[in-house]
Amino acid sequence: MSVLVALEVTSGSEITLREDESLLRSMERSCFMLPKIGCKGGGCGLCKVQVLSGEYELGKMSKKHVSELDKLNGKVLACRCYPKSDLTFNVNTTNR
Amino acid sequence: MKKGVMRPGHVQIRVLDLNEAVKHYVELMGLIEMDRDQEGRVYLKAWTEVDKYSVILRESYEPGMDFMGFKCTSEEVVEELRKELLARGCEVEDIPEGDLKDCGRRVQFRAPTGHLFELFATKEQTGKWGVGDHNPEAWPRGLSGMRASRFDHCLLYGPNLPETLDLFSSVLGFDLAEQVVAPDGTRVAQFLTVGMKAHDVAFIHNDEPDKFHHASFFLETWHDVLRAADLLSMTDTAIDIGPTRHGLTHGQTIYFFDPSGNRNEVFAGGDYHYPDHPPVTWDADELGKAIFYHDRQLNERFLTVLT
Repeated sequence: MSVLVALEVTSGSEITLREDESLLRSMERSCFMLPKIGCKGGGCGLCKVQVLSGEYELGKMSKKHVSELDKLNGKVLACRCYPKSDLTFNVNTTNR
Repeated sequence: MKKGVMRPGHVQIRVLDLNEAVKHYVELMGLIEMDRDQEGRVYLKAWTEVDKYSVILRESYEPGMDFMGFKCTSEEVVEELRKELLARGCEVEDIPEGDLKDCGRRVQFRAPTGHLFELFATKEQTGKWGVGDHNPEAWPRGLSGMRASRFDHCLLYGPNLPETLDLFSSVLGFDLAEQVVAPDGTRVAQFLTVGMKAHDVAFIHNDEPDKFHHASFFLETWHDVLRAADLLSMTDTAIDIGPTRHGLTHGQTIYFFDPSGNRNEVFAGGDYHYPDHPPVTWDADELGKAIFYHDRQLNERFLTVLT
């Protein structure tokens, strides 16, 4: 299997992904500085990103921070986002 | 003045995934699963506690704290305090016996900070886990992970600190043990105790009501705190900060998160309080040192990550 990569569009940074690793963990491991890292458990909403393209699976997240509409629009918490393909995403989300 | 409220009795915590949460609180923190109910709630205790349970986990779409309960010396005390709460204009809700397993009637009320509290006097006592109360050994074998010894307190964020202090002191008999005061005299943090502990419940000012900062569990020694930190790294559990020492209460501490993002603390040591002690005061411009005695600097996460 080829190595998966996530492209963060605001900074232009490329982050190497690992299988079964959350997008947030990949960013931490790559020393990519997210604006904010909170609880890493889907509860506090600080690591919200917008995925622009690519496939991913989601763990459970607080509905206070991620609505069904957010999910449809790719606005998800990086700590609960598990990429399954190359991704492009933006650490800046509008309508946080 | 003491009014018959004894101690924190339990906290009900909402979690996103029950199985992940049970694994965290049991295998990592060392609590003991005691029971489950028809609603799917899980009842846990720490080993030194005499009552059957002190932590209740409930699966939900949103993490946080449902309520914190204080145990009173008698049913008569609960009834008297219910009257006093009503006389103050608090809305109270009577929860019948058995709603929580093996627990008597509870009287719930909402504090001005938005948090739900309750008073109760009766809960099944199963004794200290693994040692009992007759020629007890020093500690039980077979404890997991951090071997947390008791549920100690909660720190909660919300508005209306003065009204909340007045309710807890004049109606429930808590003392203000420690406080953080801004230059204009506004109290921005208040640590309340109903016994000799440094705190049984603490509040920090926050505009949004009913926010949960952490539930805290007691460990015996600084080495146990370090060992807890090792276990957090071994299990790749999210750490907030520590191991370090607090200025407030002077406890030795580490903060981390459960799998739903609720913050937990385990700590050792710390100050004590007698009713004749005046409150200990920290200036708000020393808040960094007050909270993290060694770094002397707050991390933003500690102030803003709440469930």
